[in-house]
Amino acid sequence: MACGNNCTCNGDGSRRNFLKNSIAALTTGLAGGALIDAFASCNPPTTKNDELVHVMTHDGKMVSVARSQVADFKPHISDEDVRRGIPGKKFVMVIDLSKCDGCGKCTKACNKMHYLPSNKEWIEVLEMQDSPKEAPYYFPKPCFHCDNPPCTKVCPVDATFKREDGIVGIDTDRCIGCRFCMAACPYSVRLFNWTEPVKPDFIEQTPAAEHVFQSKKGCVEKCDFCPHMAREGKLPACVTNCPMNAIWFGDANEDAVTCFDGTTTKLSQLLEDGAAYRFMEELGTEPRVYYLPPVNRTYSTKDMKIEKKEAEK
Amino acid sequence: MEKLSQDIKDRVELELLSTVGRRYRQETFWVIFLALVCIGGTVAWIIQLRKGLGVTAMRDYVSWGLYISLLFFFVGVSLIGALISSILRFSGAKWRYPLIRIAEAVTLSAILFAGFMPVLDMGRPERLYFLITHGRIQSPILWDVLAIGTYFFGSVIFFYLPLIPDVAIMRDKLTDIPVWRKKVYRRLAMGWEGNPTQRRLLKKAMWLMSVVILPVAVSVHTVSAWLIAMTLRSGWNTSIMGPYFVFGALMAGCAIMILIIAILRHGYHLEHYLTPTHFSRLAACLLALTAFYLYLNVNKYGVPAYKMAKDERYLLQDLFTGRQSLLFWFTQVAGLLLPIVLLSFKRIRESIKGVVSVAVMVLLGALINRYLIVVPNMLHPFVPIQHAQPGFASYNPTLIEWMITASSLAGFVLLIILLFKPFPVITMWEVIEGVEKSGEQAVGVEHLSNIQIIQGHGK
Repeated sequence: MACGNNCTCNGDGSRRNFLKNSIAALTTGLAGGALIDAFASCNPPTTKNDELVHVMTHDGKMVSVARSQVADFKPHISDEDVRRGIPGKKFVMVIDLSKCDGCGKCTKACNKMHYLPSNKEWIEVLEMQDSPKEAPYYFPKPCFHCDNPPCTKVCPVDATFKREDGIVGIDTDRCIGCRFCMAACPYSVRLFNWTEPVKPDFIEQTPAAEHVFQSKKGCVEKCDFCPHMAREGKLPACVTNCPMNAIWFGDANEDAVTCFDGTTTKLSQLLEDGAAYRFMEELGTEPRVYYLPPVNRTYSTKDMKIEKKEAEK
Repeated sequence: MEKLSQDIKDRVELELLSTVGRRYRQETFWVIFLALVCIGGTVAWIIQLRKGLGVTAMRDYVSWGLYISLLFFFVGVSLIGALISSILRFSGAKWRYPLIRIAEAVTLSAILFAGFMPVLDMGRPERLYFLITHGRIQSPILWDVLAIGTYFFGSVIFFYLPLIPDVAIMRDKLTDIPVWRKKVYRRLAMGWEGNPTQRRLLKKAMWLMSVVILPVAVSVHTVSAWLIAMTLRSGWNTSIMGPYFVFGALMAGCAIMILIIAILRHGYHLEHYLTPTHFSRLAACLLALTAFYLYLNVNKYGVPAYKMAKDERYLLQDLFTGRQSLLFWFTQVAGLLLPIVLLSFKRIRESIKGVVSVAVMVLLGALINRYLIVVPNMLHPFVPIQHAQPGFASYNPTLIEWMITASSLAGFVLLIILLFKPFPVITMWEVIEGVEKSGEQAVGVEHLSNIQIIQGHGK
């Protein structure tokens, strides 16, 4: 794409630079990955109703252009990009147990997004009670995307890997199905495709590790923090479908997390004020998911039926 | 010690060679039976390949089952070669001579199936070559592949080295065999004439191999133990796993060795070569190993049982008094305690029937023990099992799994039998040399000077 006037780009490299800048400008909440169609001219709105949007050019200038002149642009994502992750990001999740009323909408939304059958749960809402006299509480459990992941350590073929943006991904084109990662994960997060899964009716362009539909016979799958959404600056399905605002998601580098109603807050403040903790810290896996303890709950837990560990019977 | 006369040597060789290529009715029956079981298992495997691992009872919680248990069993049994050829060598036990080839055959067959079990367990076996093209050396699976591979080649060499002089004898003595077999023997003998230089080289090579094979053998099973010990799961997350596996393996190997020499002695009429001496000596080994293994078990289960930490507690309760208690106490009582008591009696150690019965108990215990190491732990994850679909919170192996398991065991035995079709069971030259150097008693053979040749080969 040749673009002329106030920009010096003349090839793919600069285009990517521009793109990065524009993504940087359009942070959380806004649609990223957008490219000005005819930004070179920096024309005023062509139609009267056209709304102005602010975007940053590759050389750091903020310009206002009409929305109609901003075209959706899906950059090509290579296998390498997928393994490296989204540059500059460090994804983090905070789950507020004092708000979770166990409605299970996160699970449903997640299953819908990833085309999972109802018997698979990437985010599982457990009913916990640490000891008989303690209060029961709901405990949504996604993949913790540990910083010291026991699962990626043991993978013999680098099919599951830790990305620079914190996400633990799975490449189902690589997975040999040995299930060592499942044995290694202390949180029972990983699921296996024991039989041929039902495939949705579309073809994905990105490499396997960022597929929306991850299920492949004989391969492992799990919660992936929705990297395909993150690339567009959007939140994971579980966050945007939690009516209790119990799940926060964001970037630790920006120190900002956002929840369902769009509230964006300071991550460090949230963790400090809420006395956040991580599940089974003693294992040393360094999860990227924080929990706020179930205090001052606004809902009743009286009718919670704690399913006893079946194995204990 | 005095030299054996050429006449006696000839007769010993003739007798030991008489099993080569000969048909035994019972043997034929077993070969056919085992082959049928293997075919059944292959059919089951094809079904599993087509439909996916969903045909097994393994699910997301118990994601490893019989196949991995059997992997640990086979890796364990394969240690017997190192025990007989290496440990006994350095302890100066002359009675090992008649057992060497049997031990190496068991080792070879076991390590081959040990390498095969993970492939059976893989969700995508067609991607096996990824281990080479995309292998990550940080993964214990790669260590296991390397260790099993190295041990397999080491065992092939160890099977072959003592075979060279024997193949040379066959090349020279077996005259009425087909030409292609003569050619094969000639090739395998590599121009062996038995001159001093060749003898010196062979001895040196065998000595070297017995030094090298020991750390490899220990590493094979230690690394297999690390497959589970490198995880954070309760029950697996313990540093005792390496030695626990190695000694459990030596014990299982010793028991299987006793069974196999009992079968070979009876089936091939090798009463003069595999004598009560061997059984009582192996029984003494087995006694020491079971006692030590019981000690390791006390450590492995007793120490966490005293503390009863939260997550270990559920697992231990399941083993001690819960769903797995019957199997658990069987392995501890019938598989360890009782054998130790029984083998303490000299009368039992010196009766072949007694030793064999104890070996069966130990072996059964060892097999179940592998299962108990793998499966119950997976039923007790840190995070409680909730909303589990039917069949996910328990593990009851399916027919397909049993068929594949049975055929792996059958294939293991079948391969041992087949290894003794073209070669004599007993290392002829080493036995003769041993008897000449240290006497019949030390080697454990009997009445070599007045053997009755059951059926001379070629006459």
